[in-house]
Amino acid sequence: MIHNPSENLAQNREPETDSENNWRQYFSFSTDHKVIGVQYMVTTFIFFLIGGLLAMLIRAELITPASNVVDRPLYNGLFTLHGTIMIFLWIIPFNAGISNYLVPLMIGARDMAFPLLNAISFWMIPPSGLLLISSFFLPNGTAQSGWWSYPPISLQIPPGQPINGEFIWIVSIVLIGISSIMGAVNFVTTIFWMRAPGMTFFRMPVFVWSVLSAQLLQLINLPSLTAALILLLFDLSFGTQFFKPLENGDPIIYQHLFWFYSHPAVYIMALPAFGIFAEVLPAFSRNPLFGYRSLAVASLGIAFVSIFVWVHHMFTSATPSWMRMLFMVTSMLVSVPTGVKAFGWTATIWRSKLHLETPMLFAMGGAAMFLLGGVTGVMLAAVPFDIHVHNTYFIVGHFHYIVFNTITMAIFAAIYFWFPKITGRMYAEGWGKLHFWLTFIGANLTFFPMLPLGLQGMVRRISSYDPRYQGWNIVASLGGFLLGVSILPFIANMVGSCLYGQKASDNPWFATGLEWTTTSPPPRDNFAEIPVVKRPPYDYGDPKYSVIEPPDYHQQEH
Amino acid sequence: MNRGVIHVDESPVPLERWRQYLPNWLKRFLPIRGGRSQDHHGKGMFGFTVFLLSESIVFFSLIFTYVALRLTHSQNWLPPHISGPKLSTFVIINTIILLSSSFVIQTAENFLKRSQLNKFRWLWLITICMGTYFLIGQGIEWSNLDFGLSTGLVGSTFYVLTGFHGLHVLSGVILQIIMLVRSFIPGNYNKTHFGTSATTLFWHFVDIVWVLLFSVVYLWRA
Ligand code: HEM
Ligand SMILES: [Cu+2]
Repeated sequence: MIHNPSENLAQNREPETDSENNWRQYFSFSTDHKVIGVQYMVTTFIFFLIGGLLAMLIRAELITPASNVVDRPLYNGLFTLHGTIMIFLWIIPFNAGISNYLVPLMIGARDMAFPLLNAISFWMIPPSGLLLISSFFLPNGTAQSGWWSYPPISLQIPPGQPINGEFIWIVSIVLIGISSIMGAVNFVTTIFWMRAPGMTFFRMPVFVWSVLSAQLLQLINLPSLTAALILLLFDLSFGTQFFKPLENGDPIIYQHLFWFYSHPAVYIMALPAFGIFAEVLPAFSRNPLFGYRSLAVASLGIAFVSIFVWVHHMFTSATPSWMRMLFMVTSMLVSVPTGVKAFGWTATIWRSKLHLETPMLFAMGGAAMFLLGGVTGVMLAAVPFDIHVHNTYFIVGHFHYIVFNTITMAIFAAIYFWFPKITGRMYAEGWGKLHFWLTFIGANLTFFPMLPLGLQGMVRRISSYDPRYQGWNIVASLGGFLLGVSILPFIANMVGSCLYGQKASDNPWFATGLEWTTTSPPPRDNFAEIPVVKRPPYDYGDPKYSVIEPPDYHQQEH
Repeated sequence: MNRGVIHVDESPVPLERWRQYLPNWLKRFLPIRGGRSQDHHGKGMFGFTVFLLSESIVFFSLIFTYVALRLTHSQNWLPPHISGPKLSTFVIINTIILLSSSFVIQTAENFLKRSQLNKFRWLWLITICMGTYFLIGQGIEWSNLDFGLSTGLVGSTFYVLTGFHGLHVLSGVILQIIMLVRSFIPGNYNKTHFGTSATTLFWHFVDIVWVLLFSVVYLWRA
């Protein structure tokens, strides 16, 4: 178990080959956190495309009031798998991928704490995802009860079919969950144990703080989903009665277990996005991050409060009113640390000279859209309002403003920002800007109409609706198709730039993070020599530290 | 270059002074300064503890379900002619065996720490026997009960809860067997073997969970 690190270095370092030659490693069972990170990101992006196609089918159905494109069971399967894929196979594992790539680099480590476990976590994702999608080919199609899978609806399957869509759904979500738990163990251990000398907690980038907070939530809350799904599986296939109301069971217990995970899950998705904003905004405004310490601690604060708000998803589930009041208050409390974050981002770019490269556009766009997502969230936290719009398109608008317009935009910001580091090449700026504007306009066209639609009373999960809702639905559907188109320049840009992009320098943005002090792409062991950290993380513009690192930075420290 | 002994920068960091108020064992367990990555045993045990934290939430959720169902559905809890899980002497003996195996395994682990490999192996083997006895006992108990998995809420909760725990006992026994076999491989065994420490911790965890399960399932009378 005990081995000599220098020996390890010599063995593991792969010969410095051209990226053209070592693409094969991305298809291998590698334990390099950078390879695993890229594997995660590319795989989840493919799932994102599949989820996006399902969304466009949904929008095609909704362009007319009648139910005419797909039949009702298929429509149910479409929105169920769309939501499931986007949450469990796009945002959450993508975050795991980008965190995998960045966290060891940002804290000055050679790899994650448990590299083998890391590889296993990744390799559980593709089969689980394929299993989930393959359920489209079952005789009765996929699960149809939405990403919540509430019983008793999720238990209403045709009898005599032991392997059904719901069964497959549960099994794949449990597998993805196990992968996430192993990942979380790895991240938390890495952040506590692998930091370079001098990398104290208050010298960690906010991104690392956000990852730590999000992964702690995975550890504390994800197991309750696993438990709920195990019980659901037993009810579904083995004749138990936990959640069957007709046989004394109680479906509300499922809701508690489910939301005990799935509310924090929204922050598991959102916190890394907040971390990305905290990296990109300072770099492109050449300002130190405003209120670094409060932003770092606010990540933990958000994580902590979000554990105690889950009942706000159950205001209409026969919840006693004392409980409603209590959870209304805690839900509104989340806006305090979240407000600290938003204030910090604004103050960082306040009166600075902005450099509007693509990552900055996506970060600013995403942060701005979070305003609408967050405000609608606080509105929903108010019981009377929530009872009014519960299960309408207002909810759909709210969370898409967050999961797409904020988090997915942040993900794109991250891809563009760290693209030179990951590939060693620059992306094409013009194509990036085109991608941004198509996405930004498309996203608002798609998701804004859902807010008025919801206020007018259009309920969600329906394939046909009253003709008076058609106007806004046409706008949303056209926006949705625009969003679909917007991904094309992105793919072209990524593929083209990987192959033919200009060679990038080690630190093309003159950013201050530790990851920029090594080569692009970094060598197998990340750093020629483990850095000793003696600076705060965001010292842009501080004359004490030069903004442009001298190339022999580590050597000077010794 | 040896990362393990890199000089840690001691320049004062404002607001991190809270560190000095932490007890020493916590400082060792939660490295706050960084640069500790060479301590494989400590790192592994930290990760494993964090994993057990997660596991405990699964059990907590199952127990929560049990308690919530039982509180809200007490009148239909036992279908007619069913007596429910019995607190028989058999179950009590089984429980005593399981709980005392925690002491046995800890003693084994302590012998390993003092490099007394043979004593370690004997006690480790006894733990394996005790765990296996518990599993067989649970099987016998299950086969003698007058209700099944789909007999009302009592059946659902009883079999799923004790079964999930039994699965953990089984994993623990498998881990113990692996560690016993590995202890005969020359060279890779030293007194701070991560696998045995983790297995010991896991075994204690399984026992603590059993105390909770036992209390709600067997001791809570209607
Ligand atoms: C920061 C990231 C956030 C994300 C990713 C997010 C995501 C979501 C999602 C996915 C749903 C729909 C769940 C479903 O399918 O029923 C939802 C609903 C809801 N959100 Fe958010 N949300 C966020 C922030 C907030 C905030 C800050 C609040 C309140 C302070 C909030 C309050 C609510 C409420 C009350 C509902 C339930 C609405 C209903 O079903 O009646 N959300 N959110
Ligand atoms: Cu929520």
